[in-house]
Amino acid sequence: MTELLLREVTTPEDPGAAVAVPRAATRREKATRALRFAVRRPGLVLASITVILVLIAAFAPSVLASGDPNVGVVADKLRPPGAGHLLGTDYLGRDVYTRVVHGAALSLQATVIAVAVALVVGGVLGLLAGFVRGWVDEALMRVVDVLLAIPAVLLSLALITALGYGTVKVAIAVGIASVANFARVMRSETLRIRTSTYVEAARAVGTRWYVTLWRHVLPNAAGPVLVLAVLEFGLAILAISSLSFLGYGAPPPAPEWGSLIAEGRNYLAGSWWLCAMPGIAIAATVLSVNRISRALDGEWRRAR
Amino acid sequence: MTAPVTTGPTTGPPAASASSRGLPPLARYLLRRVALAIGVLWAAFTVSFIVLYLLPGDPVATMAGGGLDGEPLDPAQLDALRARYGLDQPLIVQYGERLWAALHGDFGASIQTGQDVRGAILDALPPTVQISLAGLAFAIVVGGAVALVATYTRAAWLRQVLMALPSLAVSLPVFWVGLMLVQIFSFGLGLLPSVGARGPEALILPAVTLGLPTGALVAQVLAKSLDQTLEEPYVVTARAKGVGRVAIHLRHALRNAALPALTVLGYVVGNLLAGSVVVETVFTRPGLGRLTVSAVGVQDIPVVQGIVVFAAAVFVAVNLLVDLVYPVLDPRIATGGGSR
Repeated sequence: MTELLLREVTTPEDPGAAVAVPRAATRREKATRALRFAVRRPGLVLASITVILVLIAAFAPSVLASGDPNVGVVADKLRPPGAGHLLGTDYLGRDVYTRVVHGAALSLQATVIAVAVALVVGGVLGLLAGFVRGWVDEALMRVVDVLLAIPAVLLSLALITALGYGTVKVAIAVGIASVANFARVMRSETLRIRTSTYVEAARAVGTRWYVTLWRHVLPNAAGPVLVLAVLEFGLAILAISSLSFLGYGAPPPAPEWGSLIAEGRNYLAGSWWLCAMPGIAIAATVLSVNRISRALDGEWRRAR
Repeated sequence: MTAPVTTGPTTGPPAASASSRGLPPLARYLLRRVALAIGVLWAAFTVSFIVLYLLPGDPVATMAGGGLDGEPLDPAQLDALRARYGLDQPLIVQYGERLWAALHGDFGASIQTGQDVRGAILDALPPTVQISLAGLAFAIVVGGAVALVATYTRAAWLRQVLMALPSLAVSLPVFWVGLMLVQIFSFGLGLLPSVGARGPEALILPAVTLGLPTGALVAQVLAKSLDQTLEEPYVVTARAKGVGRVAIHLRHALRNAALPALTVLGYVVGNLLAGSVVVETVFTRPGLGRLTVSAVGVQDIPVVQGIVVFAAAVFVAVNLLVDLVYPVLDPRIATGGGSR
């Protein structure tokens, strides 16, 4: 809308523009534009498809793989990838494809928890620091500095030492370990918005501080923080799979991606697919998520 | 990338200079940096104390259960053990005592082995330093080469391919890369040993595995910095004088572009330390990473805390060093007022 208005104002003497422009895009035009957008970015399309597949695997695994991930035919053990078993079978004859698909649920669940913890805790800390300022800001940011000084893996491991093992605990540990980045981005966004005219206006008409925070600051600060959340999603998948590879995640029969690789490790010499396939699943998911995060980041910059 | 743009609430230079008048600017700068570093270390100790001692979980019960093959101890024995490790005191007293001891470099004794924590960390350090240095060398050579070629080439496709490599490298799980390298080079081709720490050949695969994510970071930072440097007036001048492209790239641009890359060194070293946890497990090598994994496995709190504080100390020390060396390497910073 504003674009059209602007164009008319800036080029009034150009007769061609005045004739061609003022017409809303039809549905077909919109579709063509969307198609062109997609064709120009094959990587992004591929990434979106991968993420959709992973989501299906997480929420409705039987759509992609109908078998039971924990039941195998021992006679068929350690079969290489082929016709009967797309990605081969493991040392108990369980289908690797089925286990990777079903493993998505556990891995994704943990990732969502980790990102949620980081987003909520980091977001609240950053919001507080940026909105209240003063000694609260000073104290919170020093805590953030410390969290940044300790490598995330070691911080997660310290938390696991205290909390114990299990998928959810690992997820919380990874989430807490990545609070610092969220707090920093949220704080800088809040600081930026705090000084804007609309917040000043809201203050001037006597809006309560929490309403200002909720109605004006939060929605406007959300963009970059959400981009960071998507990026963090990929990092969290990697961190969680590392920790479950080390053996702190779900107990053995569960087909979590990291522990699948840990299981396959003993058969590395003869049966490469046991390690390779879950790893490719992790790598493909992380790559796709990162690609989407980069696209969103670009969108946000352009929108601003 | 989403670079967090926070410079922190800077205490105004006039106020700072008024409080410490008489000292030369460099000494004042040094003093403030060291004070900040000590503050971060104290906070790291406190954070790890809060995490490890305040959260639920009874290390004594775990230790007793694990140590005696599941046979539970009676409450009196548990209490005796708690008293021995000072865990029966009020938390604030424990905190004070441990902080005082830590100031003297004493992080207590390992619950698992009874060994002095400082000794355990120092014993485990050499092999980890070894693979970290090898990994760093790999990262600088490969990451640097990728950045140099990507910024030098005139073929757009080659640049695109090269600059896609770092984002690919950071998307791969480190432990998986290690296992795949073992599969290919040890089991498939039979070129290199798969496990152990004997001989220089055994260092190659762990170093590559550990150095890959760091190399990606080096490539990204250096390429960005090179791109910026190549726009500088002195490069334009050199080009106008008729200096060759290679000479400009290596002699004029690289030397200046490498400096900003130094600022990520603290982060890099932290990454290498953290990466050693996974890499030493994959390649069954001794070292700090293995010590961490085994300590976490038995809830050996003093060891875990010692390692966390040690990692923070390394990070802080490297950053301090970079801050101090930077003005020496780049005189433009020193004359620019040293506001950082």
